[in-house]
Amino acid sequence: MNPYRRSPFIRLSTILVYAFLYAPILVLIIFAFNSSRTNILFGGFITHFGPIKMVGSTVVQSPCGPFHWFCELAKNRDVMGATRNTLTVAIISTISSTIIGTLAALAMQRYNFKLKTFTQISLYIPIVIPEIVMGIGILVLFSQLFTFLNGFLGITGDARLAMGLPTVIVSHIAFSIPFVTLVVQARLQGFDKSIEEAAMDLGANELTTFWRVTFPTILPGILSGGLLAFTLSLDDFVITFFTTGPGATTLPIYVYGLLRRIITPQVNALSTVWVLIVFVIMLLLQRSQKKTN
Amino acid sequence: MSKIAVELQDIVKQFPTPEGGEVFAVNHVSLRIQNGEFFSMLGSSGCGKTTSLRMIAGFEWPTKGEILIAGIPQGHTPPFQRPVNTVFQSYALFQHMNVFQNISFGLEMDHVKKDEIKERVGKSLEMVQLKGMDKRFPRQLSGGQQQRVALARAIVKTPKVLLLDEPLGALDLKLRKEMQLELKALQQQLGITFVYVTHDQEEALTMSDRIAVMSHGEVLQIGTPVEIYERPNCKFVADFIGTSNFLHGVVKSVDRDKAVVFIKEFNAEVSGLISGNVTAGENAAVSIRPEKIRLASQSTFNQNSFEGTVSSTTYIGSDTHVYVDVNGNRIKVWEQNKISSLDPKAYYSVGQKVWLTLFQENTLIMADN
Amino acid sequence: MLKRFRENKSFQGTILATPTLIFMVGLLIIPLLLTMVISFGTRSADGNVIYGFSLHNYARMFGISNECPNGQSTCFDPLYVQILWRSLSLAFNTTVLVILLAYPLSYFVARSHPKRRNTFLFMVLVPLWTNFVIRVYAWMMLLRTQGVINGVIGWMAGLFGLHFVPFEMLYTPGAVLVGMVYEFLPFMILPIYTSLEKIETALYEAAADLGANPFRTFLKVTLPLSMPGVVAGTILVFIPVMGTFIVSDLLGGKQVVLVGNLIQRQFLDARDPTFGSAASLILMVMTLIVTYFYTRKFGFGEEIISV
Repeated sequence: MNPYRRSPFIRLSTILVYAFLYAPILVLIIFAFNSSRTNILFGGFITHFGPIKMVGSTVVQSPCGPFHWFCELAKNRDVMGATRNTLTVAIISTISSTIIGTLAALAMQRYNFKLKTFTQISLYIPIVIPEIVMGIGILVLFSQLFTFLNGFLGITGDARLAMGLPTVIVSHIAFSIPFVTLVVQARLQGFDKSIEEAAMDLGANELTTFWRVTFPTILPGILSGGLLAFTLSLDDFVITFFTTGPGATTLPIYVYGLLRRIITPQVNALSTVWVLIVFVIMLLLQRSQKKTN
Repeated sequence: MSKIAVELQDIVKQFPTPEGGEVFAVNHVSLRIQNGEFFSMLGSSGCGKTTSLRMIAGFEWPTKGEILIAGIPQGHTPPFQRPVNTVFQSYALFQHMNVFQNISFGLEMDHVKKDEIKERVGKSLEMVQLKGMDKRFPRQLSGGQQQRVALARAIVKTPKVLLLDEPLGALDLKLRKEMQLELKALQQQLGITFVYVTHDQEEALTMSDRIAVMSHGEVLQIGTPVEIYERPNCKFVADFIGTSNFLHGVVKSVDRDKAVVFIKEFNAEVSGLISGNVTAGENAAVSIRPEKIRLASQSTFNQNSFEGTVSSTTYIGSDTHVYVDVNGNRIKVWEQNKISSLDPKAYYSVGQKVWLTLFQENTLIMADN
Repeated sequence: MLKRFRENKSFQGTILATPTLIFMVGLLIIPLLLTMVISFGTRSADGNVIYGFSLHNYARMFGISNECPNGQSTCFDPLYVQILWRSLSLAFNTTVLVILLAYPLSYFVARSHPKRRNTFLFMVLVPLWTNFVIRVYAWMMLLRTQGVINGVIGWMAGLFGLHFVPFEMLYTPGAVLVGMVYEFLPFMILPIYTSLEKIETALYEAAADLGANPFRTFLKVTLPLSMPGVVAGTILVFIPVMGTFIVSDLLGGKQVVLVGNLIQRQFLDARDPTFGSAASLILMVMTLIVTYFYTRKFGFGEEIISV
């Protein structure tokens, strides 16, 4: 009996679902090359290279040819700013939440302390409630806090405390910590404590033992947690939406803003670039995983 | 310079149970291990041997009592400050380091110079017959090889005392027997004190200079393998080490190191050597090993001689195990087949009447509890 | 101090957990408590909070309204209860549809040759890692009255000479459902795949050996063993759908208002943060209640860590 036997029904369903998953993305990418600026119908590809020439709302010629909208994208200051913000937030929050979450995972897995149950519950809450509840909570906290502080300390004008990158970063750290802790804790489950005892037996104190033996052993788990935190931060919309301020726009927020106003193929170009970057990074990750196996 | 390598002074170790009570893992244990000795702690799981070892290493602290290494009380000294090294049951090799790095780890902790490290690790590898394996990683090694790396890692530091926690448990029989001989040779070659924990009595008897038999957190008897085997001081030890036959009766009289016990079922008296504490009038157990019982088809001696019927026999090759029924008691007798014969009449048969003789110097009288 | 630290294990644990506690208390617990406090307040003239204790926000959510058409002082306005119900049913429908679509694909990948599995999984992961907002935009393009789907159907109808009136697909509850299913499909595929993959091939062979046809094998062996994955996936899908507002905003417009949209509007259009807080808390409690009863019956599904 062939162990890889699957019925025709299964095969057909699978093809259809994969098509369902990819069709929208393909449409998205195709329309990034749309010559029609209104982006409602597909007006064909831009075939002529040269200075910009438009006929009505159709671009017939462009210095970048069919890649016209990608070039526009590269010139778009707002996009660059949003990208910079997104990466800044992601990097800072990932490093912070990974360190904090790993420490918490060690605490939860190996120690019993008075606030353990409370910590466990507070780590579960963000996972079992909709993101918007946490986002609103943080919004409410900061807005009331800032209003109070601004009034109390008499700060006015540009120096006023307001939502911005710091509030976004801090919120990202907060929602990433539970996920990092979960991942690292799962890896700690199978951890053989006797190697720590062996290290101490051979003369290493607690710090040296952690750094030379424990840490290298749990590093794969920490990296997994960090990767998860990075991804969650890059992609986050809801919590960022409620904690952001002027000048702190991230890419998802920026795209959302565009979608509610004017939609040109530039949005598609941005989407295409994004999908491509994700694809390449995932490919690289696959390759590096294959190497370590 | 203290001649005692390790001393346990009235050690007690308690652990809290999940139900809220306390359990005694080690219950008032006192030991003195001599320099250069191969000392084993023997018992089944839960007897406290591993806990005691871990307290010597410093992974646990005694609830009460003191542990002294080379005469110095250890108190709450952490493991990395104690002059002992451990070979772990699971080997505990550092998977992210290769063999060389594993073995040199301890020397690095002592800030030994690189050249000296290289030399000592090399010597260590040779001693455990793993020369040339230094660049390999633990996952590329067999169980036996991993075990040797764990050993090399511990001995490269030339500790005064080496603690071994059932290091051969995961190996197959043949490899285990080989390693037992190698470990014993290594210990004699290095002159290090070995404290060895095992549940395998044959292993303990083969390798040790002295054995401490433990049960339920207590040391029942300490002695050389001969002492433990020939003069067990209580029923548990007599039963745990090798096999023993037990008869039950009441002590009739005590005369210095000898006693006479009256066994009701035989309606006869048995005399033997006293082991432990025995008083007249009390219940006693008579212990005798199967190979020490004289079996004959006719009665020859009067005292300590009983008639019985063969209930079954098992031919092992070098021995025959004969099970004799004496007034309802099943007695095991092991006879060496000293004469080669194909004639079935040369061997005892089921139903045959036989006489058993218990020589006084082979019979032990001990308290019956 | 070092000695005390070394000996007191409980103290060590507390130190390690302290940064986490600071963040979770400061950015989760306190905000939630503050939300609750504000929900009992009233709206000030400029859209701010007047602290106090009143249940009128909750009353309003559950239908007791003060703005009555017939001049009564109180009447029943089911608007907000409808919104709550709409969110619940959308979450439920999405979950069911996602399970139906995900299961065959997960089964296919789980039983494919081990060498090819990674490729199939990779193909599922790419849409997953592509940004949420972008994927919703893709459906906007597809579902618009002058969008791709209508375009393709119209072109095909043209081939047959048929007159085609474009479907009005965008800004309908159906569009929101399709968008939700699309968004969360990968979240169900992965857990179900993980639990199916754990089933040794030998089990299928054993079932066949004992006389079970493929259908019965599925019913009696495959399905029960894959339940942890289904459960884990349900939790990963249901909870976010309950709180969503982007999908309904972009694909449903003003026609489809979910709790998420309600909350968003209360806060962003300077309407009534006290009412929004009440709605937010009710959303949280509703989600917790459903999750509680669900996990009590079905457990958590240990495969949540598959990603």
